[in-house]
Formats: sequence, structure tokens, C-alpha cells
Amino acid sequence: MTALPPMPATDAPEALEEASFLRDTLRAFRRNRMAMVGLAFVLLLVLGAILAPWISPHDPYRVELDEQLLAPSTTYWLGTDNFGRDVLTRILYGARISLVVGIVPSLISLMIGTMMGILSGYLGGKTDFVVMRLADMMIAFPSLLLAMVVMYTLGANLLNIFIALALVGWASVARVVRSQTLALREKEFIEAARANGTARTTIMLRHIFPNVVPTLIVLFTLAIPEAIMWESSLSFLGVGVQPPEASWGLLVAKGKEYMFQAPAVAIAPGVAILLTVLAFNFIGDGLRDALDPSMKD
Amino acid sequence: MTGADIILSVRGLTTEFSGDRGDVRVLDDLSFDVGRGRIVGVVGESGSGKSMTALSLMGLVPQPQGRVSARSITLDGQEISRLGPSAMRRIRGRDIAMVFQEPMTSLNPVRRVWEQVGEPLAIHHGLGRRAIRARVLEMFELVGIPEPKTRLDAYPHQLSGGLRQRAMIAMGLICEPKLLIADEPTTALDVTTQSQILQLMRDLRDRVGTSIILITHDLGIIAEMCDEVNVMYAGQLVEQADVFDLFDRPSHPYTRGLLASIPRATEPRAGRRMPSIPGMVPNLARLPAGCRFNPRCGEAMPVCLQRDPGLMAIGAGHAARCWLHGRNGEGA
Amino acid sequence: MLMFALRRILVSIPVLIGITLILFIMLNVVPGDPIALMMKEHASADVIERVRQQMHLDDPLITRYLSFLWDALHGDLGKSIKLNRPVTDLILKAFPNTLMLAVSAALVSWVVGIPVGILSAVRRDSFLDRFFMGFSLLGVSMPIFWSALLLQYVFAMKLRLLPVSGFYGWQYMILPAIVLGWSSAGVIARLMRSSLLEVMRLDYIRTARAKGLRETGVITRHALKNALIPVVTIMAIQVAGLLSGAVITEAIFSIPGVGRITVNAISSRDMPLLQGAVLFATVLVILGNLVADILYSVLDPRIRAQMRNET
Repeated sequence: MTALPPMPATDAPEALEEASFLRDTLRAFRRNRMAMVGLAFVLLLVLGAILAPWISPHDPYRVELDEQLLAPSTTYWLGTDNFGRDVLTRILYGARISLVVGIVPSLISLMIGTMMGILSGYLGGKTDFVVMRLADMMIAFPSLLLAMVVMYTLGANLLNIFIALALVGWASVARVVRSQTLALREKEFIEAARANGTARTTIMLRHIFPNVVPTLIVLFTLAIPEAIMWESSLSFLGVGVQPPEASWGLLVAKGKEYMFQAPAVAIAPGVAILLTVLAFNFIGDGLRDALDPSMKD
Repeated sequence: MTGADIILSVRGLTTEFSGDRGDVRVLDDLSFDVGRGRIVGVVGESGSGKSMTALSLMGLVPQPQGRVSARSITLDGQEISRLGPSAMRRIRGRDIAMVFQEPMTSLNPVRRVWEQVGEPLAIHHGLGRRAIRARVLEMFELVGIPEPKTRLDAYPHQLSGGLRQRAMIAMGLICEPKLLIADEPTTALDVTTQSQILQLMRDLRDRVGTSIILITHDLGIIAEMCDEVNVMYAGQLVEQADVFDLFDRPSHPYTRGLLASIPRATEPRAGRRMPSIPGMVPNLARLPAGCRFNPRCGEAMPVCLQRDPGLMAIGAGHAARCWLHGRNGEGA
Repeated sequence: MLMFALRRILVSIPVLIGITLILFIMLNVVPGDPIALMMKEHASADVIERVRQQMHLDDPLITRYLSFLWDALHGDLGKSIKLNRPVTDLILKAFPNTLMLAVSAALVSWVVGIPVGILSAVRRDSFLDRFFMGFSLLGVSMPIFWSALLLQYVFAMKLRLLPVSGFYGWQYMILPAIVLGWSSAGVIARLMRSSLLEVMRLDYIRTARAKGLRETGVITRHALKNALIPVVTIMAIQVAGLLSGAVITEAIFSIPGVGRITVNAISSRDMPLLQGAVLFATVLVILGNLVADILYSVLDPRIRAQMRNET
């Protein structure tokens, strides 16, 4: 009676599992309507930003003093600003800055944060203590003030915005990655690798890093809208992108003087920020739900 | 057993879940009775549907994914399978109470124990705080919580696992329910505490006359506690018998497999692997054709791969879902 | 409890010292001369010399840092270059306005965020839930300066219901509080929702249902207190977000608070003032975190027990 034959093996080989994980993820993502709308919007925006010089109806910098603050019309879809420049064109050029500012500093802070988080979580001890106290300090700074101080000392230009935002963003990434590393450390396959005498760097690079990648993807898509917000806030306050460059935050700041005569000048770039941030948030939420259903809600 | 002796009678209990990949039937056409003052066991591996049976009877199946239906469920003669949510709510905690597996997590960590244990009294009988407190104290004495007065105001984390389970039992019994469902009440406890809690439940049955459905994966507990036994596999009942019949004449290969995997203290330990049933409970969304147990069954015949045998009577109060008994139990 | 609070305060001291160091280095060890940064090109040699003296810029860095720290401990954050007044005075004079803005914004965010989050969780996946969650996502995704502008335009310029900007009475606080509170109301609503949903999955909620408790009773008597714990703690941590937001809100509504001091300090390149204002804000954030930790232990008897065992 004890000799019941085993069930036929139905366990799929590992490669198959991985493929089906990817497929499931993609399918879950595709089924998320908001995420797909977000993705479509972002793709359009990227296309618009790249092709801006060719598709924009007007010159973003040319001043037409006899065409100031025009109401929206067929020539100027969103009207003109106080220098007679086409608002739509300025927004399209602003998209270039916003996208770059969204992506570059997020990548930098992601790289720093991942490195710090894995080192901190895997090595533990003093490294962990030092890195985490450093992260505590960065998180204790109100982000906008920290970024403003950086802009004050280094000067207001695009490169320094990258530095300021990367400095603001890495700490929270490091915290998330660290806690994941701590959990992974205890997993059997890491312990097995350790028992086999695999070098620490190899374990961190080959075994831990690939397992935090899904989280990193989510963090990345959610960091982009945040960076866009910070940049527009800095530019709005006059410590970010400087005129005559067309950053969305700057456009709102300049347009607010003419709120009464031509509200579109200030409102339209704000709508651009809102839609872009929403789109990235939709994508990020969709990816999070698809990659890790347990993180839902 | 006459009708008046039966406290709970279940006919055709079926529970389905709708999920991403279609509907899954987690309970398939269960029928069984619980006699007054009896302890009825439900046994099976995890995933066989034991806990879902309890939740279905309690009306606690997660909504709206889960759907429970039955031809009839009568509690002390009253039909309860067609009751709406609010009528069912009035029965829960008053007529049917439940003790859960995890005493550690089944109590609210931020509220005092006595408030939680006494809450059914406030819900069903509208008692005031003072009366509830007095009654909880009585219950604590009944379930053998030492220094009951000082435990009233404790928070759950201040009690040991055994004490929490006693408190859970006190909570279950505080409205003197007609039926207590205990879902693996001792699984999370150490061996000594385990036998104390079982002793307590048997005691209470003898003294208070509570009818109990005891859900467990442990046939040792069944042997020690139960009068009748229902063996479940993959959402179905596969064998029903009184406890002596079950251990003397196990009639389903699955039951025999379970029995064979009980560790025996008398056998020499060294060099012997504990036998267990190979394979695992099948995925309910991808059930094999025919008898659900056929992939793991050492005695499977061609007919087993084609048709489900259905529950067949093989003796007084003894039935098994197996083709081995296909011709009036000759095969046994 | 007191021991715990004391220990938490002790732990945050190194963080505070580290922050002053980072801040000091960022403002003083910059590429180029801090004086040059402050004065740009056009400043007479006398003025530069006077400021150098006043700020002890010729001393070694470590001496300057230590005396900065020592002075700061005594409430002396130096003198504003442009206004020639003690930084501490300027900040303390502005702080009540910022505090009022932050507190009223926080109130707005709780009064809106918590009920919305609870309703969304209770009616999960319903139209109401989707609507509320869409709305909070909108709140989170709107730049503060822009929503401020919109509200100014509609309520002050068009409808003339409220003053556009300035700070001369409570009605001047309404729009700023809504603008600033609105952005964190979304965060709180989402957190409240997910926290409540999380708790509703726990075993003791099933126990409560098994007692025959009504669903509203299950939520109010068993789920809510537990679900509120993370929300309450986020409220204290909210301080950082509110301060960042206050910088922008104060700038737009011309509220003479610490945020506006910071912006002015940057545009007038007044380093001691900037340093003081940022340091002040950071101390507030650390205090907020401290309060969050202590609140957490007050609310959760399990943590409380842990504390007792440790201390």
C-alpha cells in the first residue's frame, strides 16, 4: 500500500518557467488599459520631442513683438506668449527637456541606489550602517530644498539639475533594493552559491542583481514622473532651466504673469506636465501589478 | 440516527470560485451529517477542501469570487442554505461558531482579549460591558485559562499560543452554539499544548454537549477525538465511516495511504523512511478524467481513468468513492 | 515609553550632525569662492573683505564647521548678508506662517484623504473606487504651482471669492491650504486604501466575521485602528513633503514664510540665510520622523511591548 507509484512529472523546466513569467507579465500589462494608454501617450510624446524641429509649426525662439499674447487660433493653436512665440511649439520643445530630465537623473539615481542597496544588504555590518545612515540623511532633507541648495552652489543649468535630482533620488532606491537583497540573501540558491565558494561580487552581480531587476524597472518608471515634477518645480522657482530654453515649469512661471490676458500660456504647459506624469504613473502602476501581483493595492 | 439527533445535515454542498482562467469547483457535492453531541472529523491533505468546507458552512467564502450552493443545509432542523447575508450573519457566532488554525494571528493585536472573546455576546445578545466581562471570566475558567482575572485585560501578544487557542475556544463557545467548527485547532501548537487543547474540547463536548466538526490532516487526532470521519480528496468526499470502521476497514486507497503514513512509535526509527502517498493533490483547474485519485492510485483500473465512481455504500454508515467496491463491495 | 523616546532622540543626533556637515560642505566647499557665488562679479573689494571677515572665511574649514555647529546649537545661525539681521530672527518670524500653512494643509489632506481611502477600500473595484483613485492620482500628478495657479485664476480672479495672494487673515490661507493639502490628500487616500485592504485580508478579520459582526462593525471595530497605524505614521513623515510644497505655495501666494525666505535667499544669493533656512527645515523633518516613530509605538501594543523588553 505504501508503494503508490509517483505522479507523472509535470514540472516545467526552468527555461520554460522564465518564458512564461515574461509572457504572463506582458499579458497582464497589455490587459491593463490605463497602462496601455499611458504607454501610447509617452510614445507619442517621445516622437514629438524627437521630431520637434520638423513638425513644430513655428520657431520656438523667434520673437514677434506684434503678435504678443494672441488667443488660440488656427495659426497658433494654443496662442502666443508675451514675446509672440507659439505656445504649442514651446511645449513641444519643453517635452525634450522634460523627457531628458525625467530619464537621465532617474537612471543615475537608480544605478547609485542599486549599487548601494545591494552592497548594504549583502555585505551588512559597517557598510550597511554607513550607507543606511547616509540614506537616512538624504531622506531627511526636504527634496526640493536639497535640490535648490545644489542648484545654488553649482549653478542653474541642465547638467546640475541631473546632479541635484540624482542626489535626491538614490536614497529611497537604495532602501528598497537593500530590503530585497536582505530577503534574497536567505534564499536557498544564494546560500548554495555561497556554499560553493562563489565570489561575493559574482553572487551580487549574477544572483542578486537579476532578481531585483523587476523592482528596478518599476522604480524607474515611477522615478521619471517624480523627476519631471521636481525639474518643473525648480524651473518654476527660477533655479532650474533658464530662459530662453523652454522647460514646462518655466513656461508656467513666465505665463502666470499674463494669467488674465492669456490663461492658455500658463495653463497649457501645466496640462503637458500633468498628462506626462499621469502617463508614466499609469505605466509604472501597470508594470508593478504585472511584475509582482503581490504588490497590488 | 433519527432526525432529531442530527444537528447539522448537509446535502450537495458545492463551492465554486471564478478566477482569471475560468471557474474552479473547490467543493463538489458534499453530503454529510453531524449528530448532536458528536465530534465529526474531516480529514485530508492540504488543498483537499477541508477548510473551504468550514468557510462554506459559515458563509465566509470570499465574495464575490466564491459561490456556495447546496440542495439543503439544515441546522437543528432549520433550513439555512437559502438565507441571505444578514440572516446568515445572525447565525454566525451564535448558532455556529468557529475556531481557527492560527491562534497567533486570529486575534486582533490591538484590542484586549476580553473585548474580543466577549464580542459575540454584544453582537447577538446586546449585553453590556460589565455583564460581558463577567461572562468572559466564567468562560476563561471553563476553558482552563490560569489566573483568568489577570488575563482579561491582556493583549493577544501577551498570551502563549496555547492560552490564545483556549481564548479562541472560549470565544467560540460563549454564545453556546449548536455547532462548533474547529479548523486545525492544534496544528500551530506544540505537542503538549496540542493534547491539552484536544482534551479540553473533548471535555467540553462531554460537559456542555457541543457538537463539533473537527478539521485536521492528522489521523492520529481523528482516532483520538472523533466519532465519525469524512475523508476528503480534491474537493470531494472519498470515504465516510464511523471511526472504528475507518481504521479497521479503510476502503479507499487514499484512506489506506493516509493510514500508512501515520508514524508509529513502536516501529524502529533507524533506516526507515516514513511512508507517504507519492504525488500531490491535483490542481483543481486541471483534474484528471475519471476518479480524481487515479494518477496516484496503486490499484487504478481502466474504468478509474474514465468514470468517476461516485460515493458507494459499502456497509452501515460506511461509503467510499472507489471502483474497487463497484459490485456491492466485493472488491474490498 | 519615555526611555524609548529618549533613545530615538539620541539616534537622530548623528543623522542631524551628518546633515549639517553635508549642508555645510555643499554650501562652503563648492567649486569656486562662496563669496564670488554670493556677490557675482560686481562687488567692491571692501564689501567682499567685510563679508569674508564676518563669515570667518579665512579660517580653516573644520574650524568654521565646528563654530557653525556650536553657534547653531546656541540658536545662532549667523547674519543675513542682504538684510543684515540675525538669520534665527528672520526664520522664527516667518515660521508661524509656514506652520499655519502646513497644519491647515495637513488637515485638508487628512479630512479628504482618510474617508476617501476608506470608502475606496470598502467599495473596492466599484465605480466609486475607480473614481476616487483616479482623482487621487490626478492630485499626485498635478504640479503644485500649476494647481495653485488654476485655483487662483478661478476662485480669486474670475469668481473673486478669495484673495489672490498675500497674507493678512485667515481667508488668505484657504487657497494655499487646499493647494498644498490636495497634493498629499491623494497620497494619504491611496495609502489608507491599500492599508485597509491589507488588514482586511488578515486572519483576525475573518475571526470578527465569524462572530457574526456586521461588515461595518468589522471595519470600524477591528480593521480601522490597525489600518490607520501606517497612515498616522505617514502623516508625521508628511512634514518633508509639506515643507517642499510650502516653498512653492508660499512663493505663489506671497506668504512670508520659511519657504519664501529660502527662495529669496537663493535669488539674492544670501548664503547664511539659505543655510539657516534649510537647516531649520531639515530639523523639522527629523522631528516629524521622531514623532512618527513614537506615535507608532503608542498606537501598536505589540511595538510597545517590544520597547519595554528592550529598555
